[in-house]
Amino acid sequence: MNSQLLSLAIWVPILGALPVFWIGSERRALVRWLSLLVAIAGFLVTIPLYTGFDASQVGMQFVEKTPWITRFNVQYFLGVDGISMPFILLNSLITIFVVLAGWEVIEEKQAQYMGAFLVMSGLMNGIFSALDGILFYVFFEASLIPMYIIIGVWGGPNRVYAAFKFFLYTLLGSLLMLVALIWLFLEAGGSFSILDWHEMRIGMAPQILIFVAFLVSFAVKVPMWPVHTWLPDAHVEAPTGGSVVLAAIALKLGAYGFVRFSLPIVPDASHHLAPMMIALSLIAVVYIGFVALVQTDMKKLIAYSSISHMGFVTLGFFIFNAIGVEGALVQMISHGFISAAMFLCVGVMYDRMHSRQIADYGGVVHTMPKFAGLFVFFAMANSGLPATSGFVGEFMVILGAIKANFWMGFAAATTLILGAAYTLWMIKRVVFGPIGNPHVAELTDINGREFLVLGLLAVCVLAMGLYPFPFTEVMHASVDNLLKHVAASKL
Amino acid sequence: MLNNFVMPDLYPAAPEIFLLLMSFLVLFVDLFFGATHRWMAAMLTAVTLLGCAALTLVTSDGQTTLTFSNMFVDDLLSDFLKLMTYLAVLMMLVYSRQYLADRGLDKGEFYVLVLYATLGMMVMISAASLLTMYLGLELMSLSLYGLVAIDRDSTRGTEAAMKYFVLGALASGLLLYGMSMIYGATGSLELGGIAQAMYQGHSEKTVLVFGLVFLVAGIAFKLGLVPFHMWIPDVYHGAPTAVTMFVGSAPKLAAFAMALRLLVYGMFGLAGDWQKMLLVMAVLSIGLGNLAAIAQTNIKRMLAYSAISHMGYMVLGLMSGVVGGQVDAFTAVNAYSSALYYSVAYVLMTLGAFGTVLLLSRAGYEAENLEDFKGLNKRSPWFAAMMLIFMFSMAGIPFFIGFFAKFAVLLAAIKAGYTTVAVIAVMFSLIGAFYYLRVVKLMYFDAPADSAPITAGLDLRVLLSLNGLAVAGFGLFPDALMLVCTTTLMRSL
Repeated sequence: MNSQLLSLAIWVPILGALPVFWIGSERRALVRWLSLLVAIAGFLVTIPLYTGFDASQVGMQFVEKTPWITRFNVQYFLGVDGISMPFILLNSLITIFVVLAGWEVIEEKQAQYMGAFLVMSGLMNGIFSALDGILFYVFFEASLIPMYIIIGVWGGPNRVYAAFKFFLYTLLGSLLMLVALIWLFLEAGGSFSILDWHEMRIGMAPQILIFVAFLVSFAVKVPMWPVHTWLPDAHVEAPTGGSVVLAAIALKLGAYGFVRFSLPIVPDASHHLAPMMIALSLIAVVYIGFVALVQTDMKKLIAYSSISHMGFVTLGFFIFNAIGVEGALVQMISHGFISAAMFLCVGVMYDRMHSRQIADYGGVVHTMPKFAGLFVFFAMANSGLPATSGFVGEFMVILGAIKANFWMGFAAATTLILGAAYTLWMIKRVVFGPIGNPHVAELTDINGREFLVLGLLAVCVLAMGLYPFPFTEVMHASVDNLLKHVAASKL
Repeated sequence: MLNNFVMPDLYPAAPEIFLLLMSFLVLFVDLFFGATHRWMAAMLTAVTLLGCAALTLVTSDGQTTLTFSNMFVDDLLSDFLKLMTYLAVLMMLVYSRQYLADRGLDKGEFYVLVLYATLGMMVMISAASLLTMYLGLELMSLSLYGLVAIDRDSTRGTEAAMKYFVLGALASGLLLYGMSMIYGATGSLELGGIAQAMYQGHSEKTVLVFGLVFLVAGIAFKLGLVPFHMWIPDVYHGAPTAVTMFVGSAPKLAAFAMALRLLVYGMFGLAGDWQKMLLVMAVLSIGLGNLAAIAQTNIKRMLAYSAISHMGYMVLGLMSGVVGGQVDAFTAVNAYSSALYYSVAYVLMTLGAFGTVLLLSRAGYEAENLEDFKGLNKRSPWFAAMMLIFMFSMAGIPFFIGFFAKFAVLLAAIKAGYTTVAVIAVMFSLIGAFYYLRVVKLMYFDAPADSAPITAGLDLRVLLSLNGLAVAGFGLFPDALMLVCTTTLMRSL
């Protein structure tokens, strides 16, 4: 088996970013095409990960292992299972869209913009494939740097505040995680391998502490209520590409952390604290859903909708049954497509009107019919319409929740109403009705590039909604294995 | 009486002797050619350092050799630290060449003082007795006092030198007093003899601990640990930037050597006592350094407070070698090598950060305010990226060397059972991240306030680039340097 694939997925975008930086922003055409080339190459090298994946196998695949820091037995240890592999593909695919989205609208320092996204894409792939605690941490933290720069340089008026808030909030969590990782290393007798940690026995008191350290780190990233407040700021201020990567990929890192670290390493603490996690998730689903309802800024609305949807993901993880966990994973991928598409749609309108306020729009369908069609479709998907990917994940999680407890499932199901309410109400005010003002009347419909991006995303959303089997198939074995781990006590 | 005189083995001290002889040559050359050929003194200084490096490498045999009646030690640790010192001094000379020339400070005295300060550090690094330690320390400190005041028309520089001198003399007095106590209790000036006397347990513990307190205070002053840190911000701020760079880099290595030799080699019997003192000072330094740095608008002052917090982290590693009064070799090597690694990493980052300040300075203009970094990304994306590397590295963000230094120290601390302290330390580094991020914010998010082209010479540009790449490269491949630090300590303990 070819085992260099994961390294390629990580380093092709990062090394490809170097010539992009080097060319500099003066030669715009060259920068764009080279970035696109690198992004496509980065996606192509991840395809064999899917085609060569053995869905029946439980363990890690495409494993690479070389010593990195011999002093502390830190390994350059990569590998994917059915849980992490889809995210690498998703991330690499989204990177192409992000490059295309920044094609014309980024006028200042375009080379740095494109380069930062390519670097981040590589780092994200590193996070999803790292099987060594320190390697994971290093990728996890390093990915803050490009995001900080992206929000701060190309963001909106309040970008500096948002960039600092984003960076410090996330750093707060990850620093505590570092202490937990070192503690685990010493407890495991000198191993940073996550797989070794999965097998390790830990007492209840340290389990709780480790769970809390991981929780702070991942809850900020997800983000879970009540540490979600950085997200609306970051989303609103970030440029379109930044919002897309944040929503589609960065939020998944926190949720991924729960399945890779919290659940299998400290299963007893996870069970013990599951009621709290479920409560926090339901608050995110219901309360944040109401918060989304009253937003006047489209990006903020979608940001709150993201938090609410991610509440579903954490809910799915902590009800500990197969359908719930799988549903959560499907929801993560689906949300990756849909939130990316939603932010791109808002970006399309923002590029033309330089406003994100719902009140500034109205009757967009009259001037941008093609766009309106796609936007409405994505909005439907966002509110969980059957036959779109948004439905599959939510349905599975609700099913899992009802299995565990009827009222829990009932509370979760309110999202179907709330989600539809805030999304469709926004659509009604923005897309339909009479033309709101002269600026809307002057709008031009989307061009070929924008249509390509949104169209491809629509195909993904539809495909996943109609035939989710290829996505769930690769997960089965890994999810079963995970649940087996979680069920066994480590005390 | 004369017949009893045994000629000491001079071979292990060859680099020191060579440097001393060369410094005379620099003085002579400066006397005759100083007015017309200023470059000669600089060139000779550089040659001296390279020669010292060659001699250090040649005389290094990996063995621990004591000479001058057991007052001078040549081991792998001293060789490694000396090589790092030469490197730091040499880098400082290249970085500051144009800065000094623009301000007319590139006089012979500057180079001679730098050489003597270096000699002092070398003696400190190789000291195996309290007397040689003090000798080296004074030689280094007195040269540094002079260097801080080298710009004699600058009132700020003179004031800084005065403060440095008065406080430094006080610290030296404390140290000397402590040494006399130790001598009185153990009857030995040699570190080995002190350790042995303590081991045999014939010494009066009260006197020893009393002496230890003063010793630790002296060390803390040289490292700049809270509450002996008062001089750091003023000296960093007041001295010409080139001198600040010097004061902030190589002497930290010498101070590390002093701490290690005095406390670990000499006073190991009192490990439980000095461990507690270091712990308190480490936590206070990390806390105060990071908090006070936020309030600064001058980058030299900001880096001064950052230095205080960095030394706090270093000491956190240094004190983690003993667990509950018990020692095992693995924990000890782990802890001391993490502190050594931290010192080396810190010197690399500090040189780079001050190098960027020098890059932006030009004739008649000191780029020492944070505002001067505004919009650097527009003026020079490459050097903005370098400064970004230094800042994130200092903040402890991977993939840069600063992260692995913090990681090694935290690991040592947690291994020694100081998990709570480790949590406090990382929380303060979160606060610290804020002011490093602010520099990045100024460089990337703000529009330039000063659009003058960067006039720094090619040598500075190349060195700064290499320095930045080293900080990033040692972060991507941290293994080699870590192993060097560990092996060095293992073979020298």
